[in-house]
Amino acid sequence: MGLDIRWPIGLMFSLVGALLVVYGVATGSSDLYKRSLDINVNLYWGLLLLVFGAFMLVMAWRGSKREQGASDTKTPAR
Amino acid sequence: MQNVQLGFIDYAILAIYVAFVIGIGFALRRYMKSSSDFLTSGRSIPTWVTGLAFISANLGALELVGMAASGAKYGIATSHFYWVGAIPAMIFLAVFMMPFYYGSKARSVPEYLKMRFDERVRCLNSISFAVMTLLASGISMNALAKLLNALLGWDYHISLWICSGVVLVYVLKGGLTSAIYTEVLQFFMIVLGFAPVVYLGLKEIGGWGEMTQALQNVAVNPSALHLKDAGVSYSTNAWSSAWQPLLAGPANNPMGVDWFAMVFGLGFVLSFGYWCTNFLVVQRAMAARNMTAARNTPLVAAVPKMLFPALVIVPGMIAVALMSIPNKNYRIPPPALEGSAITVAASAVSQSNPGTTDLQPIIDKVSAAQNGVDATGKPRKLLKIDQGRLAEVLRTYGGKPVDKTGSPAEQEQHLQFATAFNNTITDYDYDGVILSLVKRYCPPGLLGLALTALLASFMSGMAGNVTAFNTVWTYDLYQAYLAPNKSDDHYFWMGRAVTVVGILLSIGTAYFARLYNNAMDVIQLVFGFVNAPLFATFLLGMFWARTTGTGAFLGLLGGTFTSGLFHALTIAKGNAPGIKGGYLSVVREFPSEMAQNFWLATFAFLGCFLLTAGISLATQRTKSDAELKGLVYSLTPKLKDEGTPWYQRPAVLGVVLLLCCVILNIIFW
Repeated sequence: MGLDIRWPIGLMFSLVGALLVVYGVATGSSDLYKRSLDINVNLYWGLLLLVFGAFMLVMAWRGSKREQGASDTKTPAR
Repeated sequence: MQNVQLGFIDYAILAIYVAFVIGIGFALRRYMKSSSDFLTSGRSIPTWVTGLAFISANLGALELVGMAASGAKYGIATSHFYWVGAIPAMIFLAVFMMPFYYGSKARSVPEYLKMRFDERVRCLNSISFAVMTLLASGISMNALAKLLNALLGWDYHISLWICSGVVLVYVLKGGLTSAIYTEVLQFFMIVLGFAPVVYLGLKEIGGWGEMTQALQNVAVNPSALHLKDAGVSYSTNAWSSAWQPLLAGPANNPMGVDWFAMVFGLGFVLSFGYWCTNFLVVQRAMAARNMTAARNTPLVAAVPKMLFPALVIVPGMIAVALMSIPNKNYRIPPPALEGSAITVAASAVSQSNPGTTDLQPIIDKVSAAQNGVDATGKPRKLLKIDQGRLAEVLRTYGGKPVDKTGSPAEQEQHLQFATAFNNTITDYDYDGVILSLVKRYCPPGLLGLALTALLASFMSGMAGNVTAFNTVWTYDLYQAYLAPNKSDDHYFWMGRAVTVVGILLSIGTAYFARLYNNAMDVIQLVFGFVNAPLFATFLLGMFWARTTGTGAFLGLLGGTFTSGLFHALTIAKGNAPGIKGGYLSVVREFPSEMAQNFWLATFAFLGCFLLTAGISLATQRTKSDAELKGLVYSLTPKLKDEGTPWYQRPAVLGVVLLLCCVILNIIFW
């Protein structure tokens, strides 16, 4: 079906990840993180989400390029 | 219970998520051109997507919340639901059953039953499935809305209607494709939202070894934490080993189950019955783009499913371990008291001296307000209240005006009192485990992520139910019996209309469940009766050409009757005869409700199996071998896998996965 689900997944997690990283950096020195055992979880987990989101975007981009190539040579898209 | 304040960042994450799922619905809107696009996705979705949707549809909020609860109650043995139950069943579905579902071109499981047997079997199955799906969806919605209300202070009605509204929008726009796509998004949301909580929990305890150590101390004397009645004791590995306590017999494991009931009742009958015949999950595989993709769908799903215990069961174990370490200052939340009970408690404490030693009258009064009174004026059920803790509450609040809620200061004091009083209850609301851990560890930001994950699980479960319901209704009930031979546009319209109706009916069920808890228990019981024999019908139908429609129909009814009768004659320890069984007479007492359920399933399966086989032999076949081609194992040409590389062959993948599953069982033996 027309939409490659990796685009929205990639976009959403990149966005949420970026938000958490920014928030994590901004609140880094507050005692907000007592409850998370003094780990700035927003920063680290945000980074991880960002990496995951980017990975999905790259996969979606590669997929769309392959699809384009496939339709150029008139073979049915996989 | 103190509520959590959500910050701007938390709402932002929630909003982003909602925007994306609705956006997916709108993006797919232009591809919805016919009823089959809307209801069956036109069989066009890649394997990894259908695979993740396959588990996500089942990963409703109740699964997440309930597995953590079981993890706390029974420990690692809860993983049997995965490593004995789900995984083997999913592999069986992929390797043996999927060829018939997909190859028959049936649009739904009931439609397959019509092809294989006759209209009667289809009708029976589609009606029971449609009703059950809606009610199940409503029950789970009610449970979650209640939980959010109790632990976060969110308004019951608002959480219910908003979540349902979001699901309605994206399912209405993009149909099954939209449900499947968002389920994949939700899958990642759930995993990535809860993983940090598990990590932080294990880190606080000091790792897996420390947790096992703590659980071993709990197992020897579970009554110290009020987990079991006084005097109950298990061997040290009761919470931390999966098989040893089970093999030692029902008295030696917190589940109260013997190994046979576990392996046959849960593993074979219930799990195969659910994973192999429930249209909710099978529908996801049927949306795959070709036969190999359809067969590989449950196999792709099996990989994360196998690892899920780490995400959903371990939190429950963490909770018990934390509770057993005194200086961690953690407890599994108590069941929330009714507002009226709190009021009674507040006025009783206000009128008592701080040093009162006779606490029973207070306990009686509050219990009466919470549970009602019987004919003699005594409370129906006494609350389990720790007298020592209650005495402490009296020393702090006795004689003080905690029953007043006028000024902000008075309200504050009343609230503090309510929390303190609620904490004297030594019962546990195990369903609150997961949220209480989220509250404990998540700072703003991560908190929003975890709550979004919880709501995502709620939505994926609901969307799964609704999309399965609208297909069965439109194709198997409406088109089959009410309005055959209409144009496709008409069925397309009906599919959409019934999506709205389905969601409204689930909301109605949620409110009904909220009002009549007992009625819900009965309904769920009846579901158990209907579901338990189902797998016997499919097994015989797919693998024995001699099975006849009459045999299947009467066998299914007979199997349901068997489970009803079994339940009427047995009871679980600690339950009074009545709704929970034994209403005819008590022939056999089981050590736990779980054991009773597993044995019920075993008997229902055997009843259905024997009846179907017997009646089939006594009746004429109505379908010829040619008609059954593609529907029955022995009459269908074997699928050739030679063209596909080995890593895409279902049989090879199935064996590999089964081996992994065995290894996991051995590791946690």
